[in-house]
Amino acid sequence: MKIIIAILIMLPMIPVWAQMPSGDEILDKIDQNMSSDSRVFTSKMIIHGRRGSRTVESKSWAVGDVKSFTEYLAPAREKDTKMLKLEDQLWMYSPSTDRTIQISGHMLRQSVMGSDLSYEDMMDDKKMQDHYDAVVVGTDTIDNRLCWLIELLANTKDIAYEMRKIWVDQKRFIPLRQELYAKSGKLLKRMELSDVVEIENRWYPKHMLFKDMLKEGEGTEFIIEDIEFDVDIPDYRFSKAALRR
Amino acid sequence: MLSLKLAWRNLIGAGLRTWLNVIVLSISFVVIIWHRGMLDGWHEQARRDTIDWEIGGGQYWQRNYDPYDPFTLVDSHELLPAEWQEQIASNTLTPILVSQATIYPQGRMQSVLLKGIEPGQTILKLPTENLAEVSHEIPVMIGTRMAESTKLNIDDVVTIRWRDVNETFDAAEAKIVGLFRTNVPMIDIGQLWIPLERLRQMMQMPGEATIVVSSPEKVKYADLTGWTFRDQKYLLSDIDQTIAQKQVGGSIIYVILLLLAMLAIFDTQVLSIFRRQREIGTQIALGMTRGQVIRLFTLEGAMHSILAAGVAAIYGIPLLSLQAKYGIAMPENTDDYGMAIAETIFPVYSIGLIITTTIVIFITATIVSFIPARKISRMKPTDAIRGKIN
Repeated sequence: MKIIIAILIMLPMIPVWAQMPSGDEILDKIDQNMSSDSRVFTSKMIIHGRRGSRTVESKSWAVGDVKSFTEYLAPAREKDTKMLKLEDQLWMYSPSTDRTIQISGHMLRQSVMGSDLSYEDMMDDKKMQDHYDAVVVGTDTIDNRLCWLIELLANTKDIAYEMRKIWVDQKRFIPLRQELYAKSGKLLKRMELSDVVEIENRWYPKHMLFKDMLKEGEGTEFIIEDIEFDVDIPDYRFSKAALRR
Repeated sequence: MLSLKLAWRNLIGAGLRTWLNVIVLSISFVVIIWHRGMLDGWHEQARRDTIDWEIGGGQYWQRNYDPYDPFTLVDSHELLPAEWQEQIASNTLTPILVSQATIYPQGRMQSVLLKGIEPGQTILKLPTENLAEVSHEIPVMIGTRMAESTKLNIDDVVTIRWRDVNETFDAAEAKIVGLFRTNVPMIDIGQLWIPLERLRQMMQMPGEATIVVSSPEKVKYADLTGWTFRDQKYLLSDIDQTIAQKQVGGSIIYVILLLLAMLAIFDTQVLSIFRRQREIGTQIALGMTRGQVIRLFTLEGAMHSILAAGVAAIYGIPLLSLQAKYGIAMPENTDDYGMAIAETIFPVYSIGLIITTTIVIFITATIVSFIPARKISRMKPTDAIRGKIN
């Protein structure tokens, strides 16, 4: 009798389970939206600090997850500063010193232009499916959008964050929030993605808010002003020589 | 002997002119000895404090460790050799594990070095017994400079974020359980001291260390593969070089002071030779050779330095002794640029310093006195007696 009652109670939930995709399926769909062979975009980074906010404008060229080139356009102090990322190496050219330096070791942990993002965060391009076991743990609502809540637990040792939580829009398969946790379970960083628009048959968030949860402040906004996908980018763009041009 | 007596009588006979020269020269004496004594005192104190607080009898560095290159820190850790376990247990060696981390005092982000040390160690003066406190939070000890820059105090709790051996982020709360005051900023600024075992757990580096400090007793331990011994001479070379540079800088002051004093002696000598031509002519006419007259005038000039030494002793000895006893207070934050400077420096005046300074001043005064006296050799006695100027 008890078994029959239990089945009757759980009966309405069966369609939900049946519809619930696996964590890996969701991550694949996110990739279809967010990843592209190449992209060129101009963006604004608004850094909210203790003494006010400042805006850094830049233009970036990227191929997959391994190559990217960023040129800073404003403010005047940062203008013509360039950054080149090739695989796991990062170089930075500063026009004031006319020097190119490789950012490595502890420097990777420094914040990028005072933002809540570290160089290391910018370099983080590991494919999540390769390093995490993704499990859908429930549903939630963000900005009136129904989301899958996915918990990712690292299955390899050499990974920066042992646990991540991602809230994924159930309809558009775009992450609307992501939280990064320390091994101890302490929340370290949170990203809020919004202003999702359809561009070239894919959904893409044009506004991102990065927040270092251990630090005071309102975080760093990253606003995509203009983006093009699958653009032909010449190889020289990703050379160290291009940093000085 | 006659020259000595004559020189002395002439010198005293010149009255105020002599005493003015002597006073200027005596000031040079005192200032040079005081300045060099200050540098020697600072040098001695900096070496002593650095040995007591930081380097002990020398350090074994893990092969990749380079304190001037933070890039090396990630790979600067290794399992301690079994051969050292006995010495570690008997406190003649103490291991330290070093790693990078970030702290968030009052919500601000600050890069720091985490240093793990045995709470029971006695080789270094660090009050590590504070770290024996058992608490849920990570017990942390910091120096007063670090406390000031982070606005942290005893019992305050601060979040530490670090990456373990696999580069995975971790974070936990730390509690300040001890504050220490030291003259050695290298173990204070930007550093958090925590129990060694706790740091090993946090970093997942069981039994590992970055440096191993040996006790100041001259015990020779076997050099082991992977560890390089850095002796006190090597570890104190920065201090020695800084002081050497300061001494070079200080010598500019000595030169200026000596130049002033020597200019006065030189002028006096030129004036003497000009005004005392009849005397010079008479001396030569009475049978003194030109060399003897030159010697007499040179001796007169050189005697300024002997008189100056005497005068300097009269007011310098009590003054410098008082400073050696009570020391000289240094302005606040003088040591923030990275070298050990005590709040009060006690000058050290060695016999060697006093003798060297006296000899240098004596020789310089003699040379300066001799140069104008050479003119005498070109004088004709008859012209000199008549007061004719050549």
